[in-house]
Amino acid sequence: MQYLVSVIDDAPSSATSDEMSEIDAFNEGLQASGHWVFAGGLGTPSTATVIDGRGAEAIFTDGPFVETKEWLSGFWIIEAPDLDVALKLAAEGSKACNRRVEVRPFL
Amino acid sequence: MSRVDVGEAITQAHHEEWARVVASLTRQFGDLDIAEEAAADAFATAVERWPADGVPPNPGGWLTTTARRKALDRIRRENKREDKQKQAQMMYDDDPPGSLGAVDDERLRLIFTCCHPALASEARVALTLRLVGGLTVPEIARAFLVQEATMGQRITRAKAKIKVARIPYRVPSAADLPGRVSGVLAVLYLVFNEGYLATGPDTDPVRYDLTAEAIRLARLLRALMPEDGEVTGLLALMLLIEARRAARVSVNGELVTLGEQDRGAWDAALVAEGHQLVRERLATGQAPGRYQIHAAINAVHTSARDARDTDWSQVVALYDQLFRLDPSPIVALNRAVAIAELDGPDVALAIIDRLQDELADYHAYVAARADFLRRLGRSEESRAAYDRAIALAGNTAETAYLTRRRDQLG
Repeated sequence: MQYLVSVIDDAPSSATSDEMSEIDAFNEGLQASGHWVFAGGLGTPSTATVIDGRGAEAIFTDGPFVETKEWLSGFWIIEAPDLDVALKLAAEGSKACNRRVEVRPFL
Repeated sequence: MSRVDVGEAITQAHHEEWARVVASLTRQFGDLDIAEEAAADAFATAVERWPADGVPPNPGGWLTTTARRKALDRIRRENKREDKQKQAQMMYDDDPPGSLGAVDDERLRLIFTCCHPALASEARVALTLRLVGGLTVPEIARAFLVQEATMGQRITRAKAKIKVARIPYRVPSAADLPGRVSGVLAVLYLVFNEGYLATGPDTDPVRYDLTAEAIRLARLLRALMPEDGEVTGLLALMLLIEARRAARVSVNGELVTLGEQDRGAWDAALVAEGHQLVRERLATGQAPGRYQIHAAINAVHTSARDARDTDWSQVVALYDQLFRLDPSPIVALNRAVAIAELDGPDVALAIIDRLQDELADYHAYVAARADFLRRLGRSEESRAAYDRAIALAGNTAETAYLTRRRDQLG
């Protein structure tokens, strides 16, 4: 069972070096315990481009598809047998990156 | 057997067996929907068949077997292929049999799953009443004054989340147990309080169905976890509050405060049972949690034959103990109400003045203030406070009481 752990951000500042080293330590723990699938940090919403490729020619639009006060700034994909394990890992991840996170199951 | 006796047997079986049937079917089929529907089918079959065939010697066994057959029928009828059936079995349960020791009862799994912290509080309450308590969706909707369709959706959504997000069907590990038990107790206490201080202009001031259901579920939890002090504490607390029910609302629907209640109208059996549970916890010598302290406070109140005999210093000492555990403004307020009896309303008023910022809009705070001011002879300030408390109170009996108090001011 895989879960997406999204990192919720509300200020366009990247992680501090302290936060980065906490995140690294958390990632190593995930890898060592077999929960790691993938993780990554994302550029701010202002770096986003929306693409509509449904027509004859693709249309590119600058900016996020919806303006919000909070956005996704990074994520983990973790392997966990059930939600209890996923919640525990997500709590550790939230502490490491010093931000709130959201857990959602993959179907 | 007469029709009435059969009806009673079905009601009794419903109380005693519903949760067991749902829990064991959930374990077998890994699906709350299938378990819930099959249990409901089995009870409907009992209603049809028992009056003619008689009550089976082992009603629980009969119901479980019938429910299991209904579930298999349903799965076959829906022509689920092997892989689909596997897909339906998404509830995760990895405990080797017998790993749970004394608390290995499937009903506990059901309770912990329904009260999982990843579910919204109102969903936990609704799921617990439906799947553990066996109340119907219309009954639960009525109890919480929401549309049936809304309540149905709430339950459906919660079940879908359990399945898709894989909320496990198991008793939490020892390390997580205290936190998770307190989550379950919070759900039961919420049900009880909604019954005890029902809100809304059109509801009865006390909803006996809800307090009774909360007590029944607390009894079940205590039977399953007899060693847990807080479970026993909550049951004792509910019993000692419930014991005063008949005396708590007057014939004209007005709230009667503890000091003015006819103590002869208290339910002596419930008081005795509550006291017994409090003594049982005291005898363990273990440090009590919040519910146990609350129960002890209620035991002190219910030990006094006359309100004037109340051991207020004991009550204040218990509130001090509670405040060390839970330094919230609400506890501080309740402690001040006891202080008023021990040291006078002037001392209490000075204490609660410091809570103004946090509790200004809390009806019990404003009502306590009104009462202290009244006792100090500060009628004008008291009247203003009563006006405000009446506007804030949602319970009809409480509004009636506050209104009379206000109108009696000189």
